[in-house]
Amino acid sequence: MSSTVCLLTGFGINADAELALAFENAGATVSPTHVSALQKHADLLHSYGILAVPGGFSFGDHLGSGMVLASLFRSELATSIRQFVVDGGLVIGICNGFQILVKAGLLPDVHETGEPSASLVWNDSGHFVDRWVGVRIERPETSPWLSGMSETYEMPIRHGEGRFLFRDDDARQRVLDRGLATLYYAGANPNGSQDAIAGITDSSGRIIGMMPHPEAYLYPELHPVRTPQGSSVAGEPPILQLFRNGVAAALR
Amino acid sequence: MRIESAFHPHLPDGRSATSLRKLASLLPDITACTVIDVYCVDDRIQPDRIIDLVCDPVAQAGYIGRAARDTVLPEWTHVVEVAPRPGVTDPVARTLESALRRVGSNPLPDNPVPCRTALQYVIEAPTASLTTISACSKALYNPLIQICEIRERSDRTPLPDMYPHVEHMTIPDVQTVPLDGLTVEELSRLSTERLLALEGTEMQAIQAYFAREDVRTDRQSHGLAAATDVEIEMLAQTWSEHCKHKIFAAEVRYGDRTIDGLFRTYIAALTRELIEHRRDTVSVFDDNSGVVEFDEDTLVCFKAETHNSPSALDPYGGAITGIVGVNRDILGTGRGARPIFNTNVLCFGDPETPADDVPGMLLHPRRVLDGVHHGIVDGGNQSGIPVVAGAVLFDESYMGKPLVFCGTGGVMPRLTAGEPAWEKAARPGDCAVMVGGRIGKDGIHGATFSSLALDETSPTSAVQIGDPITQKKMIEFLLEARDAGYLSSLTDNGAGGLSSSLGEMARESGGIRVNLDLCPLKYPGLAAWEIWVSESQERMSAAVPPEHLDAFLALAERHDVEATSIGEFTDSGYIELEHQKQKVCRLSMEFIHHGLPRMKLTASWIPPGERGPWRLGETVARRGPAAAAETNSAAGTNSAAGTDNAAGADNAAGADHAAGADHAAETYDTAAAPSAPRDDHGATLLQMLSDSAIGSREYLVRQYDHEVQARTVGKPFAGVEADGPSDGGVVLPRHGSKRGLTVTHGVCPRYGDWDGYHMGAAAVDEAMRAHVALGGDPAQAWALDNFCWPDPVQSERTPDGEYKLAQLVRTCEGMADACRAYSAPLISGKDSMKNDARADGKVISIRPTLLMSLMGIMPDVSKRLDPAFRAPGDCVYLLGATRGELGGTTWDRLYGPVWEPSPRPVLDETAELYARFFAAAQQGLMQSAHDLSDGGLGVALAESAIAGRLGVHVDLSGIVEKPLVQEPIPASGSPAGEPQVSQSAVVHPSSTDRLLWSESCGRFLVTVAPSDAAAFEQVLQDVAWARIGNVSAEPQIRVDEGGRTLFDVALEACVHAWHRFDRFLAGKEKRS
Repeated sequence: MSSTVCLLTGFGINADAELALAFENAGATVSPTHVSALQKHADLLHSYGILAVPGGFSFGDHLGSGMVLASLFRSELATSIRQFVVDGGLVIGICNGFQILVKAGLLPDVHETGEPSASLVWNDSGHFVDRWVGVRIERPETSPWLSGMSETYEMPIRHGEGRFLFRDDDARQRVLDRGLATLYYAGANPNGSQDAIAGITDSSGRIIGMMPHPEAYLYPELHPVRTPQGSSVAGEPPILQLFRNGVAAALR
Repeated sequence: MRIESAFHPHLPDGRSATSLRKLASLLPDITACTVIDVYCVDDRIQPDRIIDLVCDPVAQAGYIGRAARDTVLPEWTHVVEVAPRPGVTDPVARTLESALRRVGSNPLPDNPVPCRTALQYVIEAPTASLTTISACSKALYNPLIQICEIRERSDRTPLPDMYPHVEHMTIPDVQTVPLDGLTVEELSRLSTERLLALEGTEMQAIQAYFAREDVRTDRQSHGLAAATDVEIEMLAQTWSEHCKHKIFAAEVRYGDRTIDGLFRTYIAALTRELIEHRRDTVSVFDDNSGVVEFDEDTLVCFKAETHNSPSALDPYGGAITGIVGVNRDILGTGRGARPIFNTNVLCFGDPETPADDVPGMLLHPRRVLDGVHHGIVDGGNQSGIPVVAGAVLFDESYMGKPLVFCGTGGVMPRLTAGEPAWEKAARPGDCAVMVGGRIGKDGIHGATFSSLALDETSPTSAVQIGDPITQKKMIEFLLEARDAGYLSSLTDNGAGGLSSSLGEMARESGGIRVNLDLCPLKYPGLAAWEIWVSESQERMSAAVPPEHLDAFLALAERHDVEATSIGEFTDSGYIELEHQKQKVCRLSMEFIHHGLPRMKLTASWIPPGERGPWRLGETVARRGPAAAAETNSAAGTNSAAGTDNAAGADNAAGADHAAGADHAAETYDTAAAPSAPRDDHGATLLQMLSDSAIGSREYLVRQYDHEVQARTVGKPFAGVEADGPSDGGVVLPRHGSKRGLTVTHGVCPRYGDWDGYHMGAAAVDEAMRAHVALGGDPAQAWALDNFCWPDPVQSERTPDGEYKLAQLVRTCEGMADACRAYSAPLISGKDSMKNDARADGKVISIRPTLLMSLMGIMPDVSKRLDPAFRAPGDCVYLLGATRGELGGTTWDRLYGPVWEPSPRPVLDETAELYARFFAAAQQGLMQSAHDLSDGGLGVALAESAIAGRLGVHVDLSGIVEKPLVQEPIPASGSPAGEPQVSQSAVVHPSSTDRLLWSESCGRFLVTVAPSDAAAFEQVLQDVAWARIGNVSAEPQIRVDEGGRTLFDVALEACVHAWHRFDRFLAGKEKRS
């Protein structure tokens, strides 16, 4: 596979530039691709190793977070994306990108009804929040994105509709049993997510999505607590391992 | 067709909970409220397509042709449904229509598709009457922009299947406006009737232009006779106070001096003088924002605007439009800059004001705050531009008009397509291209409206609602077009619409010809003048060389952005417009841009000694000789002396006044002042921390995305729990570089009660002080000035106009002196001069307000400082001199009136201190730093302790209290004068009060590791400093004076007090 990232842009996606940098710093080549370009030529996907769906407000989230692009994915891209994953491609969705993948039924999977088995709804506070949280990774072995990542990682959440919700108990049990819920909020649950779930993978582990923003912690200085004067500046933010993992897996 | 979408009833829904909370305060018996989304669409569209787009299959259900409320809230009693008025932007409907076009294979029936949305509030309130519900529904909608349908359960009238939209109308003919022979009164009446906001003399200048023989001849040869409505409207827009800044350009008589324009004298001349030595300043005044050098390859720009009048009418729409509007100023700087940060400074009435105290037509300050805040959340977050700095101020005077200052900073490469990116010039032959949204009737007369006072007749068409998503697409498109070299020039469409943007760009080439029929409209039926002046949002105007036009339009198509060539730049010297195959405008560029007669105004200063404390709604007047006198000797002990060296009739303050102590006591009723528990400084500290002016704003600010783009190194919060204040923002304009840009503010309207000079100088100092506290280089900073004033033109309606103008003059002088002392050029600015409201027969004028915004260089962001105490044992220092300046401070507001001078920086002292501070910061000698501002030393100690979650123990006796500076204010007006207030009428602060609560400028609270103390003190030689104590592990804030403990307050109590205002805003705590 190739280490080239197809990074979706347009229609209100807005955290694309920093996600591109995170991948580039991890050794990838990034190709920003307007959604409408991919829509016209879904077969373009096969020349890439990774599909990245960044955060933002696609179509303003006016019809619900990620709803329009989820509909577009469902009707026009899902088949190609599934094939892309079967062929060894990797997919990551962050924040709005996660909402899109979940609502399109690509994460964690599709329910017997053919509908998505989970969703992301309004935070229990009822409003948007920007706050750094700890994210605990469990069962990293289930996904190539998470290889060797077993600690708690700091990064911000920035969303109004990040409350993870299963369709029903069956859906929940199936996901937990198969170990697809891999990212959890450590400490206080910031949005009322069921089981404090912050991110999940599909059953192949090759598609991952999360509400928190790993790409926001691009440099040590972006951490909200200032490093003490005189001490050596902290090294690379640990969460960037995620991008190196993705690039390494895409090359394999 | 009507489709409703509702969350499953078992799912808690934050939006419904918020609405329930909002209604519960008005409707005590309400037991439940559920919010339902309503979509009304053309019948020809399959309902399944809508359901697929708007209903989350897991969380929501769609209801076609039946009411969701019977399922989700079976016991409902009332329903309130709110929809946008016809013609008001409905971004949700716009998105739905766009989604229907883009997703799925069935083409849409026609263009445009009727599509409307509404929000339905389903209410369970068994005992409420329809009248009560009707009254409460006002909390849910704004009749200016929305319509509301209310039903009680027994009412079977169905809710609409389709809400009204703008009907197709016939195009009104262009009208002529004969001016010949009209008297000045008739001209003034014409101006009022057409909402032109022009003065009689200005109308006369227009009359004279059209009467000129050469103009008549020229017009005749082009088939034009009398002035057309297009021409008159264009002149009104271009000559509006909003666009021309007539007051800042006016000749001002001040004492025995004549000021040749405030802008020219205090801003332009100063900046030109400073940039002689500041080669890093690239472009000032000429463009939509000021441009400076960030590093070799990168330029940054910064601009702040206000959006006060629209926010008073529709807080949400006003604020969101303000943000996306100033974003466009950045996008339209040079040939395009990318917005990288937003700022907002918001001034409201006290949100805890009892509802009965809010005059007639005005919205309650809480409602204004909520609406403006929501607009900023949506505007900034959806645009992907982080809010990195700002402030929220509360003052009774902002009840009349809120002040909504929106700022944006941007970045551009020095060169793009081989040319300097900041330079632009439309050339004759270039195509005039309108980019972005379409033109509707929204936003007609915005520029003239904001140049008038707010009253019952204010036009609602001036209200618009910005759409950040449409604009986001346009930004990405235009920056790509810039890099491809397709643009000769670019500017934004703001106030005045095309008339202003193309009118300005036409100056670059020397003229323009536009065919108004080519302009894309939201709906047909706009008059020619409406197309030309409409302020419909999300539009830019570009000059594109004809050889690039096809490529430019193709790129727009790829980005889903509408772009249309509507004319051609010329060098004819005229603005020429055509509509329906008719010439409708031929105005000389020379007359448009230089024909406006200059205003002549008079400013009369009344020194503090001859008036009393400022009071809301009162006219400021000189008190008669009887009033002032004996009080000369009764003045407070720390007052400024002031030397009577300046000239002018204004300068009557002095010794020869007759007695009048009783009069003074009458004027200042001390019984109204709170009985000050002044000796309990611990209680004072807690009161200040819980005060809405000082307390945490976390509830508001956490809702702003402050770190999208991964540039925000210095965030709005500091400390181990990320809930302490920060002194400003720090961003990385260039990824991969450690060089940072600070963003800070200074705003202290209450200091102007004493003297505008103090407010002006202190605002600059506050912004600079914060920049320095963050670790910024004081020698590399640039400032923006934004003046918001009550009407300063003397008239029957404004009998104290001359005084208000003198305040403006003195504020300019203070600002200019401080900028000169700090070598900080003013690179951009704006003024808003009619911030008065008339309600219930009363005039509510804002306190004159100057906002200084500052950006500056931080050479290495890893040396950034913040206020959080870091380690027990660290030495605590107070840097800078403390003076007896409690006038206008928080302490004055809570325990005064003190009626003594407000803080004013001693500029040679502060400039020296800032240089030393920066040196210490570069050497990494400080562990924490916090600027002292509202609440002085006491509050700064608590804030740093809260941020670091560490205690502190200090003794005040080491602090040297310096006397007030005795030299007069170096202005040609009058000196401050002695306070002329009866002893019995004012509070006399003690020395301890001053040490703890004075807000003297130029001070910092810093901590230093004991091992660095000697080196640190070495750096501080020759500047005022005191080592006052240590950070302690014990979570107490303990302040002693000469060994005697003044107070010892638990840190936990401070944290609780600090968050009181957050709890109030979140609805978790009633007003204090």
